[in-house]
Amino acid sequence: MSTTLVSRSERPPAAAGPSARRLTERAFRIRESGIIVVLAVFVAVTASVQPRFLNITNIQFILINTTVFALLALGETMVVISRNYDLSVGSVLGLSAYLSANLFGQHHGIPIVAVFLAGLGIGLACGLLNGIMVSAGRVPSLVVTLATLYIFRGVDILIVGGKEVVASSLPSAFLDIPKATVFGIPDLAIAIAVVIGIGAYYLRSFRSGRELYAIGSNPDAARLAGIPTGRRVFMAFMVSGAIAGVAGVLWAAQYGTVDSTAGTGYELQVISAVVVGGVAIFGGSGSAVGAALGALLLNTISSALYVLGISPFWDQAIWGFLLIVAISVDRFISVRLTAALRVRGARHE
Amino acid sequence: MKLRQTAWLTGSLVMVSVLLAACSSSSSSSSSATTSTSTSASSSASSSTGALKTGLKVFIIPKNLGNNYFTTADSANSGGAIAALDTLGETGTETSGTAATPASQIPAIQAAISKGANVLIVSATDPTALCPTLNAAMKRGITVITYDSDAPTCRDMFINQASTAQIGTSEVDVLASELHDTGDIAIVSAAASATNQNAWIGYMKQELTKYPNMKLVATVYGNDDPTTATQVTQGLLEQYPNLKGIISPTTVGIAAAAAVLDTSKYRGKVALTGLGTPDSLKKYVSDGTIKEFLLWNPANLGYLAAYAAVEFASGHINGTQGQTFSAGKLGTFTIGADKTVLLGPPFTFNSSNINQFNF
Amino acid sequence: MSDRLRSALRWESGLALLVLIIGVVGVTVSAQFLTSNNLFNVGLSYGEIAIMTLPMTLIIISGEIDLSVASILGMCSALLGVLWAKHWPMLGIFALIAVVGLAAGAVNGLLVTRLGLPSLAVTIGTLALYRGIATILLGPNTVANFPATYTNLGVNAVPFTGNAMTYSVALFIVLAVIFGVVLHATPFGRSLYAMGASAEAARFAGIRVKRNKTILFMVSGLVCALAGVLWTFRLDTAVQNNGVGLELDVVAIVLLAGVSIFGGKGSIIGVVLAVLAFAGLQSALLLTNFNQEAAGIVTGALLLLSVFGRNAAALSGRFRKWMPARPGREPGHPAADPSPIPPTASTPP
Repeated sequence: MSTTLVSRSERPPAAAGPSARRLTERAFRIRESGIIVVLAVFVAVTASVQPRFLNITNIQFILINTTVFALLALGETMVVISRNYDLSVGSVLGLSAYLSANLFGQHHGIPIVAVFLAGLGIGLACGLLNGIMVSAGRVPSLVVTLATLYIFRGVDILIVGGKEVVASSLPSAFLDIPKATVFGIPDLAIAIAVVIGIGAYYLRSFRSGRELYAIGSNPDAARLAGIPTGRRVFMAFMVSGAIAGVAGVLWAAQYGTVDSTAGTGYELQVISAVVVGGVAIFGGSGSAVGAALGALLLNTISSALYVLGISPFWDQAIWGFLLIVAISVDRFISVRLTAALRVRGARHE
Repeated sequence: MKLRQTAWLTGSLVMVSVLLAACSSSSSSSSSATTSTSTSASSSASSSTGALKTGLKVFIIPKNLGNNYFTTADSANSGGAIAALDTLGETGTETSGTAATPASQIPAIQAAISKGANVLIVSATDPTALCPTLNAAMKRGITVITYDSDAPTCRDMFINQASTAQIGTSEVDVLASELHDTGDIAIVSAAASATNQNAWIGYMKQELTKYPNMKLVATVYGNDDPTTATQVTQGLLEQYPNLKGIISPTTVGIAAAAAVLDTSKYRGKVALTGLGTPDSLKKYVSDGTIKEFLLWNPANLGYLAAYAAVEFASGHINGTQGQTFSAGKLGTFTIGADKTVLLGPPFTFNSSNINQFNF
Repeated sequence: MSDRLRSALRWESGLALLVLIIGVVGVTVSAQFLTSNNLFNVGLSYGEIAIMTLPMTLIIISGEIDLSVASILGMCSALLGVLWAKHWPMLGIFALIAVVGLAAGAVNGLLVTRLGLPSLAVTIGTLALYRGIATILLGPNTVANFPATYTNLGVNAVPFTGNAMTYSVALFIVLAVIFGVVLHATPFGRSLYAMGASAEAARFAGIRVKRNKTILFMVSGLVCALAGVLWTFRLDTAVQNNGVGLELDVVAIVLLAGVSIFGGKGSIIGVVLAVLAFAGLQSALLLTNFNQEAAGIVTGALLLLSVFGRNAAALSGRFRKWMPARPGREPGHPAADPSPIPPTASTPP
């Protein structure tokens, strides 16, 4: 993860005025439209082979499956933008999913909102631990969150042991959350889209959000410019943890059965979604909407593989191949974009 | 100075005992299942002579720790293997890794051997990968019994939960009766290389030939991961609009498929059966997504495995077909072909009996 | 260079002390710990992982990462099984597997150097792709009953070692010497440190960054192919999920060794010590009644130890500067920032 020519050139132009801001906005739009185009092409190709791919029920399936990953992608984006990584999201999700869903069985009649808050709290606590270690300890986040990946999962297994939360202990209203739809679009998907939108707005329009980009582009410069880098990074990890905690509760609502393995392996999928969505792995650029679209694209690819009925033994290989293609396409878009921006930037000076 | 040392020592001892306590009990509630046992009602007539050995060091090595099914099968609270071992006066310890892979299980087996195991009761994560380790154990005179999942070429005996053929055929028969012998069906299995599931699926396909109007349109693999199992089930439902039934011979798969059917328009339109634990499927049986499913009592499986292992280690049986032995509260059992003992036929759970069970 | 040497020696000595402590604790808690039988068992379980840490070290020092190592192992294991079942001559199989390993590594290398894709994301893709190829090759099948001449390496010890050393450990020692010499005593090895510190500067200094990185990935592929062969013979089994999940352990050991995730730092001696520490600790825990459900927590704690321990010296130095006896601020601190030394997550330690 050393600085290379590549990462430096991926940085958006410094926010030095309205023209530059418009440029940045355009940059984000182009990246996101790029992903949307890829998504549309992929859906079109799949639907032409198997029209039932576009059934309303299948679209609902895809949207619901994506919600957890889109949420995780939002949190991960904030962290990655600041040139950090949070590998512990899967373990945090698993811990939160069990502990919060278990509340229904322990305290009959507990309001669903309380359970969501509990999940949020658990995630927040984990994010706090990550954040403190990364920001105060001056240690690489990849190592810290790899360690907490092991530790949180270990704590989860210790607490849960061989127990599991089963669907019959969860209130129907909770399990029905993924079911509710309005005009065929799942309520949950709309809610998550709103959350992503809020996150994206925060990153783009609040000073503390924009400072994350600065920290990711050049941490030393950011610090010298007076940005409280420690506090910002700490906050990013807290938010990532809190989001993973809420995602855990949603996970429990979707699957109904929760044991100590929930969320295993999710961190690699979330990183993939974030990269496909145009967030630079070295920090400094990327958008939350792009990351969410990346999660949507990857889930759409999964669904397509299963709906097309390609031999199940080929699924994983095709998935890996398409992931590499998606990353390459995104890189291609970003390179062209950077070149175009540089030309424009030069013209504006 | 001495006081501080004592305090420090006490503190560490407390920590160590907490850790030790952490590894002893599990909290699975006891099961009151009355799944059928095999053969005669006459209890005492076992063909063995003399008393069973006591004080044996028995290590139970399930596929992984933190697994609800194995916790039920192995622990004392649920009346599983360790309960039987306690009755017999042996020392029973459950150990394994957490990843359900040979790489995770083998070190636990090796450590058990190093710690002086006399008996190993293993649910094999792979039919052949454990053989070098298990063969080395048997060479040292350790009794090696497999349960739930076999390693056919490197064990002294195998305790099978139910006849492989019967598991396969029963699931097809259950679905056939729900579908009135007509319709397209699919199978949502575990990992592609899962030996048990593949064996059962083989018998399912055989049984399907009895129902010419039923057709198996696809077999998909959920990898025992809820997300994958959900996605493959959704894929089936979209790809085959005429699908009438799904068999999922794996507890993770059937729970995931049930959740998919339950929250979509397919509830009631697509029948679901397979192998599952009563607790995880209670909701789906009560709201009609699943009418009937099969399993056996894992605690009884563990209990039987423990008895068989001790009988073997005491020299009363040696795996020859036709030998009989007593398995405590479960009655008498006869060894079948290939040194295998069957717990009994699979048990059918439905709305009339599911609430009696707690595992 | 002497600075790096000094800091390296500090961490390696800490590691050596850790290995010593683990050894003493192990012997104390179990009489079995240092028996030849136990050493043999540990060698069996960790031999392949240890071998895979060697190329991973070089890759991380050069500023990249390879998460596809376990999948290359699996793919080559599957290939071995399939070809053996087709009655190919074993030597021919070995030759083909070597080529496939090199090719798999080359794909990684080319994607990273020619397409400029981030290695973290790319190797997540190839992790799935190569595991998928293993699944295509073997499907649901298992191949066993390999010839005893080969499977004996999982049963017999190397002669004259008192039945304590496995062939995989012997290979590890040989490879460690080779990798050690290459890394520490050749221009190629020195160029890796330069590349890790700054790829641009290295390029300007005339180092062929792209070629060297591609070579590293290819070597990694070859070594993982070897690990796959060893694994298959040790277990006498070729199945599609051989080696699943090992990549995290390999990365964890390399990080424990003091190799900086940012590149530019690390040593082979550290890696050998880290392997000993990691394997030794797991073995000691297994020989007691330690609840294996918590084993992951121990790994995570070790990882945290490795990063915080390395920074302890730096941290304590900074603490000393902030003692009340020294009221003045250091030059360069923005006066507006009241918090202690501005912590930043991404400055290399």
